[in-house]
Amino acid sequence: MHTWQKLIIIATLSTVILIAGTVAYFNYFAKRRLIISTTTSLYDTALLDEIEKRYETTHNVDINIISAGTGIAIQHAQNGDADIILIHSPAMEKTFLEQGYGVNRKIIAYNFFTIVGPENDPAGVTGKNATEALKSIAVYGERLADQSGQTKVWVSRGDNSGTHSKEQNLWKAAGYNYTLVSAEPWYASVGSGMGDTLNVANQKTAYTLADIGTYLKFYTDGVISLSALITEEQALLNVYSVMAVNQTYHEQINYADAMDFIEYLVSDEAQQFITDYGKADYGKSLFYGAVQPLKSNAPQPIVSWIKSAAFFDGSECPPQYRKNYPQLYS
Amino acid sequence: MVDVLGGIIKAFELIATGDPTLYGIVARTLFFSSIAVVLAMLWGTPIALLISLRNFRGRTIIKAFFNSLIGVPTVVLGLVLFLIFSKSGPLGFLGLLYTPAAIILGEAVLVTPILISIMSNAIEAVDPEIMNLAKTLGASESQAAIAVLKEALNGVLLSNIASFNRAIAELGVALLVGGNIAGLTDVLTTAISRYTARGELDFAIALGILLMLIVFGINVVLIMARKAKMLFTLWRNPQ
Repeated sequence: MHTWQKLIIIATLSTVILIAGTVAYFNYFAKRRLIISTTTSLYDTALLDEIEKRYETTHNVDINIISAGTGIAIQHAQNGDADIILIHSPAMEKTFLEQGYGVNRKIIAYNFFTIVGPENDPAGVTGKNATEALKSIAVYGERLADQSGQTKVWVSRGDNSGTHSKEQNLWKAAGYNYTLVSAEPWYASVGSGMGDTLNVANQKTAYTLADIGTYLKFYTDGVISLSALITEEQALLNVYSVMAVNQTYHEQINYADAMDFIEYLVSDEAQQFITDYGKADYGKSLFYGAVQPLKSNAPQPIVSWIKSAAFFDGSECPPQYRKNYPQLYS
Repeated sequence: MVDVLGGIIKAFELIATGDPTLYGIVARTLFFSSIAVVLAMLWGTPIALLISLRNFRGRTIIKAFFNSLIGVPTVVLGLVLFLIFSKSGPLGFLGLLYTPAAIILGEAVLVTPILISIMSNAIEAVDPEIMNLAKTLGASESQAAIAVLKEALNGVLLSNIASFNRAIAELGVALLVGGNIAGLTDVLTTAISRYTARGELDFAIALGILLMLIVFGINVVLIMARKAKMLFTLWRNPQ
């Protein structure tokens, strides 16, 4: 036999051993894997890391978190590459449930987006509501002396994330055609996570839409110097939901553990943890647990805002999209 | 503004105190990249021997093919592998996506063209008489091939180091097929991107410093090994 033939046999064998070893390890030796695909804001604030630690101390499960935007999280779930998705884009969630990819949706938390920008606020948005603020920013951008595209006034995630779809809706509400606005020379699209986008906006002293969690973390740590100019109004409400990926399409989905984790997320313990998270470091909550407010219908008007933004047919998860686990909706 | 100096100082503190998360990432990176290079070496050596020692039709095209594959952007390869390893993809049933094996295989595929190109150039540079001489002296084909590889040792070593450098410094494959899962599939480059996105710049800087040190260290060792080999040759064959 020739040298190269022997080498090819050895190479093939090694590759097969590597693959077989991995398959065997994850199927028979490792703890059960639960893959969570999540939006960047829950991950970059390290909230999920802390929840993971708490959950893993009492459960024999290995939680693997993949952090990407809401768009790719949905893609993951459709492919069967994740067992649970945690996202914040009610419109996308609705389609997702309707297509049958996800089941047992629960609204777990909320907070508010914020429009952040340079402290001296050159576009004069302070005191306005979100849509008025976007108009001022667009007018300011159009009046810039430099229209070469070097100077940016607005920085967008541009990554199909929940934050990005919120931004698109706000532009629409302000009376702009999003496709046209996003092509303006003063408009920058980063195509990356919230942290990167804040860094870019900071460098360009531009405005951007941010989730309050990531913004407060970056601001308090001194990474950025942008100010939160507009906060807490209905148009800026941000609702986070969890869904299990439907096993019907992909039978390898770890559905049992996925549902157990969802039950943990809506438990009083986890909800309290979510509300308290970051209070000590940032002086205010980054997220608020949504389960208790929805049950007790308080505080108002926030609960009615949540319902109008993220309820489908008057429910967080209409009955046809539920699969067992009735206790979640009692 | 970002406190760069403070970040660097904290980074050195993390490095000096042997932070377990930090060194876990370093260990994983070194492990994945080394196994990937070993695999690529196993695949690449027979191909390099074939295209440099044999004359057959299409040889030039195959060489050109591997040469042009060197420049493939890592994200493109990452995307292709993601589609292949995804549960909906052709190899999805193996469940390899977001496991260390996916990164190792991906990086092995990534570095194979570099390895083949450098190695086959080195083998071609060896005097063809050596192979003939070895065969005349009664060596089998295998022994003759090994004799040629020994002569080309410098190039073989270089091909390995270059492959390792590429594997350790790439981001696209590890990010897309590894998923950057903390403690399982995060490597130096993907962890740097995560900690930057999280605003934990001291950690990102510490990882960056370690990555640079590793790449630098490997190249120093390479240069020293070449020197040592030269001295060794001089000592064995004094003029």
